[in-house]
Amino acid sequence: METIEKEKLTNKESENWTMVIKPKRSLFDVDLAELWRYRDLIVLFVKRDFVSKFKQTILGPLWFIIQPLITTLMFTVVFGNIAGIPTDGIPKMLFYLSGIVGWTYFATCLNDTSQTFIKNASIFGKVYFPRLALPISVVISNLVSFVIQFVFLLCFLAYFMIVGADIHPNINVLLLPVLVLLIAGLGLGFGIIISSLTTKYRDLTHLVAFGVSLWMYATPIIYPLSEIPEKYKLFVLANPMTPIVETFKVALLGVGEINYYQLLYSFGFTVAVLVVGVLIFNKVEKSFMDTV
Amino acid sequence: MKKALWIPYNIDVVINKLKDNKMSDTIIKLDNISKQYRLGVVGTGTLSHDLNRLFAKIMGKEDPTLKVGAKNTLDSVDGQYVWALKDINLEVKSGEVLGIIGKNGAGKSTLLKLLSRVTSPTTGEIKVKGRIASLLEVGTGFHPELTGKENIYLNGAILGMTKKEIDSKYEEIIDFSGVKKYADTPVKRYSSGMYVRLAFAVAAHLEPEILIIDEVLAVGDAEFQKKAIGKMKAVSQSGRTVLFVSHNLTAVEQLCTKGVLMMNGTIVQHGEVHDIVTAYKKTSIDPEHLKRSGTRVIEFTEYGVKDMNGKKNNEFYLGEDFIVDVKAKAKEGIDISDLTLDIRNDANEFIGHVTNADDLFHIKDVKKGESLDVQVLVKSITFAPGTYYISLWLGNAYGTYDYIENCIQFSIKQGDSYILRPHSFDKRAKVVLQSKWTRK
Repeated sequence: METIEKEKLTNKESENWTMVIKPKRSLFDVDLAELWRYRDLIVLFVKRDFVSKFKQTILGPLWFIIQPLITTLMFTVVFGNIAGIPTDGIPKMLFYLSGIVGWTYFATCLNDTSQTFIKNASIFGKVYFPRLALPISVVISNLVSFVIQFVFLLCFLAYFMIVGADIHPNINVLLLPVLVLLIAGLGLGFGIIISSLTTKYRDLTHLVAFGVSLWMYATPIIYPLSEIPEKYKLFVLANPMTPIVETFKVALLGVGEINYYQLLYSFGFTVAVLVVGVLIFNKVEKSFMDTV
Repeated sequence: MKKALWIPYNIDVVINKLKDNKMSDTIIKLDNISKQYRLGVVGTGTLSHDLNRLFAKIMGKEDPTLKVGAKNTLDSVDGQYVWALKDINLEVKSGEVLGIIGKNGAGKSTLLKLLSRVTSPTTGEIKVKGRIASLLEVGTGFHPELTGKENIYLNGAILGMTKKEIDSKYEEIIDFSGVKKYADTPVKRYSSGMYVRLAFAVAAHLEPEILIIDEVLAVGDAEFQKKAIGKMKAVSQSGRTVLFVSHNLTAVEQLCTKGVLMMNGTIVQHGEVHDIVTAYKKTSIDPEHLKRSGTRVIEFTEYGVKDMNGKKNNEFYLGEDFIVDVKAKAKEGIDISDLTLDIRNDANEFIGHVTNADDLFHIKDVKKGESLDVQVLVKSITFAPGTYYISLWLGNAYGTYDYIENCIQFSIKQGDSYILRPHSFDKRAKVVLQSKWTRK
């Protein structure tokens, strides 16, 4: 009688552990519920990024607009006027800006999240919280700047419509939220894969900024998809960002056609990158303090 | 049908059982925990090591880089790998305030890092009941551009609080920190003391079941330290479990109920805090555990401290003189050599040293079989009150004959002759300066 009771007690005790720390958890043991519990932290990180970015700057959030504006002007002069790359009959400024806004979101997401481990090594070395909270907060705070830039783009669009340019925003704008999610997902996915790898192989940090700017040229930002010679087309289409950027332009400007198969390809690619990214990140976060 | 209320026939037994159960409730359990680190620059040859490991894994062999059973001291590096912790088994009961002491490199901080999940163990398993919050260093995640208030929220969230919890504690935190006036000022404008106070205030108001503290009390002014110790006591009295790592033996003895003594990555002793502190003081000069190196052509045989009356003693007052006796026996004849006494405090910081050259004293021509017998008179010691260790070194420009680390222990007491202040000396100070005060 006595022993049985004791056994029960110990059994009960062993069930009460709220946390078990083990050396190698399974690759697929991703604790998303925990991440959800830390949602307040994510919000606060976003706030921190936003506040700290523009403290002690004179123009403040205006910088969100200045950057794409100047890039657009540069592209208009260099690629539009000097190189003379056609823009499918769309006003050049509008064509470039609509590409740049989406691309910038992707590029900043990728660049910023790819430094997660290295930049935050000191804080990761002291406190535990779900590490994914940081890259996610980066993606969200970049979303804020994207929205501002997007509103700016809409102003541009409205102006050109009033002036009477040949542009037709259409029902496909309903796809925009999906596109934004895809951009965020791709940027985050690639970013956390790279950040996981940089903990061991630092060379990648140098590659990222450089690689992302090259990547832009493989995406129809400064040229329309319709202008690509047939032999390069497959290469450009293999780029998961291509259908996203194209759809973005079609929805806002009404030129070209949406290929849903390609969009589905981007979607599949994003999901795959994101899953792989989260798994690798999750594995690395447990031991990276020893290698960084 | 009404359910009958079940009343146990012997209610006392049940209550006692509950009490027992609560008292002996294990809140943290470490099972065979080990942690291995790779030494040197990571990045050189790691890929080949990785491939090596992978290959072994595929073949189903044991990891070639994990050598078990090797002698485990930080000195005897086994290849490029070292065990920071080895086979740690420990149970911490709910409500215990556990002090973890040991020399630098004993594995204390690694242990806390594992518990706070900053890094994961190489082998073994840690089971925990409830939430752990760590204070490995206060102010983690503080952003200089953010205001005090914003940082309270950010830091609180990083330490695991929800916004709601921080909302409800905000007033308490800002009051405790004593920087209420500056709540809306960016913390980069804070003095370092204010910064630390704010950071500690956040951490002190966490309400985890288990609180991990590493050396935080080393910061802040005396008044704040008192406040901090009071808060820690309150935390532990509210039934929460605290793990406390410090080199400050007095603080450990004051705050903790139980203690753990660590050495070279293993737990040497676990028990009442007083016993542990005593054991630590003893083992720190226990010849078996001393770090020793050199060719031992001539080696130290006897050493010790005594007071000016020639009595064996290791407690001196500030400003007193004392004598260190050193005897070494030569196995082979040696020529010109130097003898050095390095003095470190109990945080293993190098405080001072003396050598024979200081007094133009020459050590030479010790013949084979002869003994070198010297007496060193150290004059008016002015190190801050505390515990000190002397390391002995005998050698010359070409190498070390014999070196024994921290083999002599002595302590300095404040007394009332060298400095007259009635209250105790500030713990952050390393030396004491005598001063004469006059009104002009």
